[in-house]
Amino acid sequence: MFIEVDGVEKVFEVRRRTGFLKRERRQVRAVDSISFTVARGEMVGYIGPNGAGKSTTIKMLTGILTPSGGRLRVAGIDPSRERRRLAHRIGVVFGQRTTLWWDLPLIDSYRLMHRMYRIPDGRYRENLDRCVELLELGGLLDVPVRQLSLGQRMRGDIAAALLHDPEVLYLDEPTIGLDVISKAKVREFLRELNHDRGTTVLLTTHDLQDIEQLCSRVMVIDHGRMVYDGPLAGLHEAGGSERILVVDLERELPPIEVGGAARVVRTEGPRQWLAFPAGEPAAGLVSQIAADYPLVDLSVREPDIEAVIARMYADKASA
Amino acid sequence: MVGSGRLYGTVAVGGFRRYATYRAATAAGVFTNTVFGVILVYTYLALWDERPRLGGYDQAQAVTYAWLGQALYATLAIQGGGAEKELMSRIRTGEIAVDLYRPADLQLWWLAGDLGRSVFQLLGRGVIPFTFGAVFFTMALPRSAATWAAFVVAVALAMVVSFAIRYLAALAMFWLMDDRGINQTVMIAGVFCSGMVLPLNAFPEEIGSVVRALPWAAQLQVPADVLMGETSLWTAYAFQAGWAVALLALGRLLQAAATRRVVVQGG
Amino acid sequence: MRRVVVRRAEPARLGEGLRAYRLIAGMWIRSTTAYRTSFALTVVGNLLITVLDFVGILLMFSQVDTLGGWTLPEVALLYGLVATAFGLADLLLGSMDALGARIRDGSFDTLLVRPVPVLAQVGADRFALRRLGRITQGTLVLCWALLTVEVSWTAAKVLLVPVAVVSGAVIFGAVFVGGAAFQIVAQDAAEVQNAFTYGGSTLLQYPPTVFGTELVRGVTYMLPLAFVNWVPAAYVLGRPYPLGLPEWAAFAPPLVAAGFAVAAGLVWRAGLRAYRSTGS
Repeated sequence: MFIEVDGVEKVFEVRRRTGFLKRERRQVRAVDSISFTVARGEMVGYIGPNGAGKSTTIKMLTGILTPSGGRLRVAGIDPSRERRRLAHRIGVVFGQRTTLWWDLPLIDSYRLMHRMYRIPDGRYRENLDRCVELLELGGLLDVPVRQLSLGQRMRGDIAAALLHDPEVLYLDEPTIGLDVISKAKVREFLRELNHDRGTTVLLTTHDLQDIEQLCSRVMVIDHGRMVYDGPLAGLHEAGGSERILVVDLERELPPIEVGGAARVVRTEGPRQWLAFPAGEPAAGLVSQIAADYPLVDLSVREPDIEAVIARMYADKASA
Repeated sequence: MVGSGRLYGTVAVGGFRRYATYRAATAAGVFTNTVFGVILVYTYLALWDERPRLGGYDQAQAVTYAWLGQALYATLAIQGGGAEKELMSRIRTGEIAVDLYRPADLQLWWLAGDLGRSVFQLLGRGVIPFTFGAVFFTMALPRSAATWAAFVVAVALAMVVSFAIRYLAALAMFWLMDDRGINQTVMIAGVFCSGMVLPLNAFPEEIGSVVRALPWAAQLQVPADVLMGETSLWTAYAFQAGWAVALLALGRLLQAAATRRVVVQGG
Repeated sequence: MRRVVVRRAEPARLGEGLRAYRLIAGMWIRSTTAYRTSFALTVVGNLLITVLDFVGILLMFSQVDTLGGWTLPEVALLYGLVATAFGLADLLLGSMDALGARIRDGSFDTLLVRPVPVLAQVGADRFALRRLGRITQGTLVLCWALLTVEVSWTAAKVLLVPVAVVSGAVIFGAVFVGGAAFQIVAQDAAEVQNAFTYGGSTLLQYPPTVFGTELVRGVTYMLPLAFVNWVPAAYVLGRPYPLGLPEWAAFAPPLVAAGFAVAAGLVWRAGLRAYRSTGS
């Protein structure tokens, strides 16, 4: 297996001020004995609420943090012991922290990567050309990074992380704050990267669409524990979550009646909201409504990831 | 009037609180000021050993001056780093336009915030090094409570003058747009002309007579002289208040010009 | 599959570190010189600030002929040595005091995923050529002092001057590295470092005879700042050594510097280890 995580935990000691001079020491298990493996070429979504332990896991996988316990290997390397050797084989993109040089043209950051990672000239040029083409960076190479939009900068950051041909790419919130078009471009690029080059991808995100469009597998962490590891559809079943179909009709009508699990949860003039299980495709439902009702427009709202996880938890507690 | 007084009071308390949250930074500052105080005191002792009564001070007074300098260093933001830093960044980013439309007086608003900061720095960063100095070195401290009260007034006036100087520097941002250059100027002028290196009355006469007339003299030299009874109170207050009024008035003029500029540029 | 872990030898690692330092410093130079006027202004400003430093000493000597028994050219020798040595260290590692800020905003993590030593990256961070101002001014004062000071020069004395400057730079560099390691533990307390860097260089501008014995003892045996200039200058000037140190102590600076640098390296490693186990 390319990534092996076996019973890994990370315990932080937190000191909290409880009085003028009094301090309380408390141990926090940011990651509590998690295990998983990722095969070469897999694309895995890693999700969970804020503070669940996602970043801590990524930091241990990249060698930034040393685990408090358990066994961890990436490409056969123990990240915490051989951080710099591992660095040649991984790429990391931190969504909210650019590693590009603010005041310099974009290309300068790439030239630094070229030399810092000692990338052979031919390889560098080949990889740069491919990234420039697929991420549409052509006109931006001579532009100072501070003048780039958020979406352009993210694409620039992704390219910077790939010039040295990493075998695995870690992305921490790669689409956060991006507009719809930029998000689509980033996703398309990642899909091609994974498909054409076989690069293993592990991404954390708050955007369920990232997962839906990219990952065949999703891992959910909460309170430092792995609460789900499997296909996305299974997550919806496990969470019992529902998607919402928003239907605009020609005129105000009584609540739509369709068979199965779909039901109207709200109406407002000609607009109606239908909830249906997230694991089910929307196509059948849509065609049924289109056949029976004067349909003007419709859209599907994805379930909120936090809500899915919250429900998973509630179910577990009641089970 | 009461209402606006309460507003600026709140702003001042806010300034105080903001700095009060940085406990580790305050402790680090206390340590650093104490170390610098010790170094400076030894050099002064050597200097006054060689030239007793230099600048009209005896050794104990020179020592007192050195520790007062450390105590007021952060309080008066002698090398910069008070409200003007934030004001400059707001001018650079253009957020200042928001401030201009606020139903409060720009200058008073920032003055209140900076006074809050000053008071915190005096208590949080000033008292400990000064006490340390008083315990381990011979200082010339007044016995009478009236002198201490007079000193507190002088320090308060020094805070206002200090703000007025830095406010002017911050407004220069509207025309110069280079905060680094301005900050460096504030620092150089502040450290040298306030008498952080050497008491202004120990300067050679030709330079001394000039720097003692400049507004920076109101920051450290005048409060020190008030504390050690080396000056008539009313001369001291008149000097400080005179500069405070003049510089604040100049600040208002500059502020009006800057406002016109912002309005003309459309924000 | 090879499972043999090869620990790369230290010299190779040092070479790699220096190479990375050069690369990153080069990027910062290009970043800062992109704005020409601003750059020119800061260079001039920096020079002025350091000049002012020496003006303070000149002001004192306008009132007295000797300070602690030392004349102006002698004090200028002290000043020139420490200002040049500190200036070199400040140029090469001076931005390490921004480490606390990098840890707070999380950008320190991005340095840890690079295939080059972290110390080299942190040392080269925000490399600023404007810091040449202090070196320039220190060198000028040093040259003036060497020309005016009354000394019967010998080969050993001439040789000692550059040796002292380089050793002094290493000693201050070690202080910067140690301070950076401290910031990993206490990010908000960056100012403590100033007490040892700027405070130390201010202290050394004045003769040791000015200070109390306890203080001199502290900066000789605990934090070996005395070897930056006090001891070498005492040898050059034929003055008694502080604390009655033996004659050969004047030639100890390279050894002291090497030892102190190794100690700082160990402290840095411990700091980095602490960061990687606590993440803050």
